[in-house]
Formats: sequence, C-alpha cells, structure tokens
Amino acid sequence: MKRIQIITGHYGSGKTEYAVNLALHLAETTENVALADLDIVNPYFRSYEQAKRMEDAGIRVIVTSCGGVADIPAINPEVMSIFQQEKWTGVLDVGGDPIGARVLARFAHMLKAGEYDLLFVLNANRPETKDVDSALQYMQAIEAESRLKVTGIVNNTHLCRETTPEEILKGAGLAQQLSERTGLPVVHHGVQRKFVDDVKDKITGEILPMNIYMKKPWEIEFYEEE
Amino acid sequence: MEKELWKGNEAVAEAAIRAGCKYFFGYPITPQNEIPEYLSYHLPKIGGCFLQAESEVAAINMIYGAAGCGVRVMTSSSSPGISLKQEGITYMCGAELPAVIVNMMRGGPGLGTIQPAQGDYFQATRGGGNGDYRHLVYAPATIQEAADYVQMAFDVADLYRNPVMVVADGMIGQMMEAIEWREMPKRELPEKTWATTGTKGERKPNVINSLYIDPNLCAEHNERLAAKYKAMEENETRWEEVNTENCEVLFVAYGTPSRITKAAIKLLEKEGIKAGLFRPITLWPYPSKQLKAAASQESVKAVVDFELSMGQMIDDVKIALEGCRPVTFVGKAGGVVPTPAEVAAAAKAAIGR
Repeated sequence: MKRIQIITGHYGSGKTEYAVNLALHLAETTENVALADLDIVNPYFRSYEQAKRMEDAGIRVIVTSCGGVADIPAINPEVMSIFQQEKWTGVLDVGGDPIGARVLARFAHMLKAGEYDLLFVLNANRPETKDVDSALQYMQAIEAESRLKVTGIVNNTHLCRETTPEEILKGAGLAQQLSERTGLPVVHHGVQRKFVDDVKDKITGEILPMNIYMKKPWEIEFYEEE
Repeated sequence: MEKELWKGNEAVAEAAIRAGCKYFFGYPITPQNEIPEYLSYHLPKIGGCFLQAESEVAAINMIYGAAGCGVRVMTSSSSPGISLKQEGITYMCGAELPAVIVNMMRGGPGLGTIQPAQGDYFQATRGGGNGDYRHLVYAPATIQEAADYVQMAFDVADLYRNPVMVVADGMIGQMMEAIEWREMPKRELPEKTWATTGTKGERKPNVINSLYIDPNLCAEHNERLAAKYKAMEENETRWEEVNTENCEVLFVAYGTPSRITKAAIKLLEKEGIKAGLFRPITLWPYPSKQLKAAASQESVKAVVDFELSMGQMIDDVKIALEGCRPVTFVGKAGGVVPTPAEVAAAAKAAIGR
C-alpha cells in the first residue's frame, strides 16, 4: 500500500466511512498516520465528527478551516505536511463527485507517481453509479477534475441500516466489471464487521472490516456495539 | 421495486421530475444545494429548464410566472432564502397559483448556521407574507416520505390552485437512506382553464392577478379563499401515531426530532415508562382534533413537545389541547440536535421520575 491514500467517489458512496475505517486500520500497525479532510462540498456527516476517536488512536486529524463546520470550508494548509514529509502515512478524505475532487488538482503536481493510491469508492446502490457504464463515467469525470488517474477501486456497497450480504456481493460484481473494463484492481471490499463471515468465501480480494461510525442523530445510542 | 440509496435533497429533486415538474428556478444556499445541483443536470435532459436566478426574490417571481402558464414548477431554498420568498408566496396564494416550495431548514435567526433546525415553523404555518392566506405544509421525516410527499404536493397544489410547501430540517436534506420509488395515488385534477396559455383568438385573455380595486370584490375573493382553506383542513390533514395507546407520556415531534423520539421511546421502555409519539405530517392544517384525542386518554400524564427550535409548534399543541394536559418543551435551536437520552430525560422530568 502506498504512503498516501486518496479517497474519492460519488456522494453517498461511503468515502468518509471508508476513510475513517482505513485510517484506524492503518494506525493499528503504522506510526504517524494522518487523516486530512479535503471535503469542501459537503456540510454534514464529515470525518471531523470522528476526530476524537481517531486522535485517541494516535491519528493526526487535519480538518478544514473553522473546525470543519463553516459554510465555505477552506483547505487547512497543514495538509501540505503529508505531501512534504515522508514520515506521514496519509489518508485524504476528498469531497464527493467530480466537483469535490477538483480540490486535488491543486496538489496534483506535488504527488509523485508511485507514492499514492487514488481510490474510487463505489456503491452499487447509488442510482448514478449502479451500472458499469455510469460508474465509469463518474470515475473518468473525477479523474478529469482532479488531474490524477484512479489507481484502484473500492467496493463499498451498502444501504445504510438496510444493508445485507447480498447487497455487498452485488457491489463486488459491479466492482469486478469495472475492474475488467479499466484494468484497475479492486483493492478493498468495505464490509460491515457483522457481514464479514457471510461474504468472505464468496468474494475475491481483500476485505476491510468496517465499523459504522457515521451515525444519524437517533442512531448514536443504539449502535455503539458495531 | 428494488431499494436504492438516495440523499434527501436528491430524492426531493427526482420526485419533482417524476411528478412532471419540468421547471425549477432557485438560488443556491446550504443545506439544500443538491436540489438545484441535481435539477441543473437532469432537467435539460427531459426538455425542461433549470435556471439559477439572480436572487431568491427573482426565483419566486419566476415561479409565479411559470405557474401562471399552467406548468408544474418548483423552487427550493433554506431558511433565510425562504424569508426572501415570502412576498411571492402571498401573491401566489392571492392569484391562486399552484407550485411547490421546498425549505430545508437551517439554524437562524438571520444567517444563523448551516446545521439542521426547525425555526421556520411559524413562518411556514403562519406565513411571512401579508394578508389572509394559507398553504399546505408537509413535513417528511424520512427520505421515503420526502420522495412521496414532494410528488403528492404537486397534485395537491393543482387540486386547490394554491402553493404547497414541503419543510424539512437540513438533516433530512443531507442524510442518505434506502428508498423505493412508488406511484402516488392518482387524484382527479381540474383542467387549468385559467392559465395564460394564449387565446388563439378564441377566448378572452386570462388574467392572473392578486389586485382587487373594489373592496367588495376583494372581500368576496377572501371568502372564496377561506372556503378553499377549510376544504384543505377537512381533506388534507395528515399525522402518524406510534405507541400512543395508553401511553403515560405523549411526545409531539415532526421531522428529525420524531426519529430521535422513537429512539427515546425505546430508552424509556427499558425503564418501564410507556411513551408514545404523535407526529404531525401536515404542519398546516394541524391535526388538532387527533392530537387532543391522543392526549386526553386517561393514561397520559404529560405531553412533551420536542422541536429543533426554542418552541414554536408548542403553540399549536397548546391550542389543540385546550388546556386538557400540561405541556412541557424540550429542544435546541441553532443547529444542535439533542440526543435520544436528553429527550428521554425531559419526559422523565415531565412526569416527576
């Protein structure tokens, strides 16, 4: 895995959930993990909401200006340290859609080939990325806006609380089709921990067991066990 | 039909398209921006028109014009933007123009915050415009309901020749949920013989106006509007009751607070307290009779009103109850959302536990 993991995708694909889980997963075995919130389009359900959890795990969390809650979030200049100091293992949580990925163009010239992965997070239950043609169109639009090439696909198919193992397998199928079409690897299947046993023998490729951290206000006291 | 994952704002926009809306005029504001974003992309594909107006005031007057032409049209905004549209809304009620207006509410007053709130209850149900006017206000609590009620709103607007408002706190606009697209029950709708579609030399011109020079005619006009509002009260009032039968505490909440209340009810159940939820789905007309019936059960010791405001709907709760039960308030304004535990604690305090 490369030193810098850049997480992109369509709104609602679960980029932030994946980014937070990935950072916590990396922090189990790696020192100097940093998560940077580069989302300048989405006002709610943002990675800074999990800052304390990540900081408790030793992760450096870099949020957008004004603690991340401003109407016009601006990129925190501290983000530069991830690009400039090789000691950091960075996870960049980028805003949704091509428009959210545009922020990456500013850093494109600083990213050395071979030093980063640009991951396209895919949710087969989102209406605008539910088949291989529309997913590919989104991926290419993200590449155009970010001036970077996607290096891997993440199957993160879910239906929030209504997710079933069948949904995850459906997403694995779509990710596989996209992989065959583009020649890009499926680097992870983001699978909610309780479904890992149900799908592990039916999926090829690495599973990232996921906890659900991004909760709606009425879910907070009921799903701590996940 | 298979379920898909939709963001609230996108579902509102797609619902409008499915209801036959081909025109949208609006101005950007958080947390509703995905509505215009979605429509700017999808309306041109179906031969419709998306236009970002120079302001909310311009947008609502474009809605007036398009509705006058007899087409289905929508605008959306968030709290301060809806304030700017108030003049247009009273003019549309006066001129009897159907349209759908969506408010994804944020914290106020003034510019406030971009986080979820319900501080526009008074504005939505009493109106910020002048004169004796009313319009239906739907308050969905799930993305499924947002998709359903936006579709329904277009029919109801056409049926009564009146604008219909859909209000939700920003959480409902921003969150994702699994939904399925389903057909709404068909209503028989009158032909729009009043629309300004061109006379072709075959009839007198239709005039769309809210001005009456003769006070007698204006008084008659008000009587006719009042009869229409009465019909809405009789036919369009909607609500949901959860666990209300023989409950000890009756919560009243809509939108996101109703979801939090359902979680609070489960917490209270663990402590042996039976709590129920009365959820108005139409904020106007308010389900007063039904609320009073639920609250006047012998088992009910206290009524707890929960809002993301400093207490606005509580006035309607008190009007409905006519003093039959004590009413207490729990809530926060300005974008902070109370937890289920805080809401449960308010219920316990209300019954002295």
